Amino acid sequence: MSALDPRIADALARLPDYLSGHVLVSIAALVLGLTISFPLAVLAADRPWLRSILLSATSIVQTIPGLALLALFYPLLLALAALSAEAFGWSFSAFGFLPAMLALALYSMLPVVRNTITGLLGLDTSITEACLGVGMTRGQALRMVELPLALPMIMGGVRTAAVWVIGTATLSTPIGQTSLGNYIFTGLQTQNWVFVLFGCAAAALLAIVVDQLLALMETGAQMRSRARVTFGALGLVLVVAAALAPTLARPRADYVIGAKPFAEQYILAALIGQRLENAGQSASLKEGLGSAVVFTALANNEIDVYVEYTGTLWANQMGRTDAEPRAVVLSEVTRWLKDTYGITMAGTLGFENSYALAMLDTRANAMGIRTMEDLARHAPELSIAGDYEFFGRPEWTALRDAYGLRFREERAMQAEFMYPAVASGDVDVISAYTSDGRVAKFGLTTIADDKQAIPPYDAILLIAPKRADDRVLRDALKPLTGAIDIKLMREANLRASDGGDSGTPAAVARWMWQRIQGR
Amino acid sequence: MTAASEAAIAFEHVSKRYSDGSRAALDDVSLVIAPRTFVAIVGPSGSGKTTLLRLVNRLADPTHGTVQVDGGDVTAADPVQLRRRIGYVFQGIGLFPHMTVAENIGITPKLIGWDAARIAQRVDGLLDLVRLGRSYRDRYPQQLSGGERQRIGVARALAAEPKIMLMDEPFGALDPITRDGLARDYRALHEQLGLTTAMITHDMTEALLLADRIVLIRAGRIVANGTPAELMQPGADPFVTEMLDMPLRQAERLQALRSQA
Repeated sequence: MSALDPRIADALARLPDYLSGHVLVSIAALVLGLTISFPLAVLAADRPWLRSILLSATSIVQTIPGLALLALFYPLLLALAALSAEAFGWSFSAFGFLPAMLALALYSMLPVVRNTITGLLGLDTSITEACLGVGMTRGQALRMVELPLALPMIMGGVRTAAVWVIGTATLSTPIGQTSLGNYIFTGLQTQNWVFVLFGCAAAALLAIVVDQLLALMETGAQMRSRARVTFGALGLVLVVAAALAPTLARPRADYVIGAKPFAEQYILAALIGQRLENAGQSASLKEGLGSAVVFTALANNEIDVYVEYTGTLWANQMGRTDAEPRAVVLSEVTRWLKDTYGITMAGTLGFENSYALAMLDTRANAMGIRTMEDLARHAPELSIAGDYEFFGRPEWTALRDAYGLRFREERAMQAEFMYPAVASGDVDVISAYTSDGRVAKFGLTTIADDKQAIPPYDAILLIAPKRADDRVLRDALKPLTGAIDIKLMREANLRASDGGDSGTPAAVARWMWQRIQGR
Repeated sequence: MTAASEAAIAFEHVSKRYSDGSRAALDDVSLVIAPRTFVAIVGPSGSGKTTLLRLVNRLADPTHGTVQVDGGDVTAADPVQLRRRIGYVFQGIGLFPHMTVAENIGITPKLIGWDAARIAQRVDGLLDLVRLGRSYRDRYPQQLSGGERQRIGVARALAAEPKIMLMDEPFGALDPITRDGLARDYRALHEQLGLTTAMITHDMTEALLLADRIVLIRAGRIVANGTPAELMQPGADPFVTEMLDMPLRQAERLQALRSQA
């Protein structure tokens, strides 16, 4: 009996896929970054105006947080792809690899540019004079003397860039590029710390190996040891080949399922994947995608199916602020999806995941609070906590104005801390997600929003335009529609948030399927 | 005086003003250097001596006037080609630290396109010429003493068989004994190879002992130009007298000490 933790086994099973995605995007970004920044830096070393432009531009790029830079490239490329489709009738995928590679390439530029310029400008003037004096042309001086002498500095920049890119590539998960970051994003959401640590360690190890191989080539170049240079280059080629081989050898999956970065989405994506596999299809998951990214990816047929919530589309995509009954929202969203994007709404799952105010069940009973009207009467004696965005969201404004809520105190805190805070009585009311397993775990009750001030957030299955008439997919999804009530989803989320080997999204999804069949 | 057309190097009414707009580095300088002469250019720091030398191989171009090498206007020549036929020894030597002694010496022949065997032969010959020996071939500059580096610097300048040598305080950083030995060795080479040498120094004694002619520069202008003996004649410019004063006093003092002993 192997003593290997099932979570480690799971992590190892995903390694070939995640590692190859990571290596592919990192290497491509580095190669592209180097091809652009190195010649630019060499040109700029002689030209003060270009130098200051280049250094400022690359420094500014560096101040943009990696996650934001990656996220910004996605809409930018989408717009470009649309333009190109219009102008040349040819379009490209703005999802995953391309935006991640471009953003990372941009990110890699500063160390290479700065070190190359510093290396070239830092040369002793007696050396640069001597180049001219012995009769070298500008190009000969650069090739025979200046670049070789600046090489240690330049390689230092390349190594820094490599480490930065490999580290930052973990952030390309939310824009759809599979990377070692998938471990980290999934692990954080499902409280699977084995995954988080595994992802960090794998990325760090990869960075160290690449850095050391580059260092070997650098010392080899300095010592004029052909063996060292060859060994280092061979090592790099091996790392890349080993990382890419499994992916290139494996056929593309029949279906791609998207998931936003939280536990519920991972579980439902796994559930859909298992249904497809049960139907003899292969499925791959694109997990941890940003909310806007996953929707656009579906509309562009980059992914085939994912679970969305009606209220999100109503507010964010359609820009609606009016309160309408649940059925109206659902039908309008469905029609809008079909008309605007050709996306098919394949059915509701049977639960809602919306913002709701929650308090301790015992406390609510004792105070006689069942509805928002009841809460409004007691509000001046009570304090409320919300996550960082809650008090700035339209849902809160709508609730407050609809019921005239005036709390004694409003506190914003990390979502993870709200539940213990309300359980211990530090705060009286919190903003919760209706499908969050912790609502049940901490003995909370959600307070009925009779006026429906918060729009409905019914979980719905969305299908990409090109899959609209796909019978296999429709049949695989069918048993799920209307089959997951709020109680089941809460329990599933709770299981996932507890971690452990029975808490992986796949395990929870299997458990859910048994429950669905048992009805 | 030699006519400009027969001269190895000729400056005609040359002025040089740098773009920062300060006073002229050179102000209406005319000078003719005859083939096979050894000219020492002497002057205080900032007097314009280095600028004068840099005009010859177009490390700088004059603001006004013309510079001729072997009878041709240098501005008509490709600077790279011009530099390959003029030897240049730098104040800071400027040996390439990532190249061996042999590679440093052979650089200009390599640029010109000599074949490897010819370069190797030339390098060996030059190592003998500067009295270092062939065991130095594969050493790197940082493994050499200051004097040895300066000899390699001279060998590198001579490698492509130039007829003109420009030397900017070549022995400035060396101790007096090494310096004297090297200076005399170079003077012998100058004779042996039939070179035209323009050497900058701020050491009047060195100039008097080494050169055929001495050109004194102050504030961008030539204040004296003559053989050492001509310069010693009385009635010269007060600056010339001042420059000669210290070596003369040193010589008198040494003479006095010797007669006491």
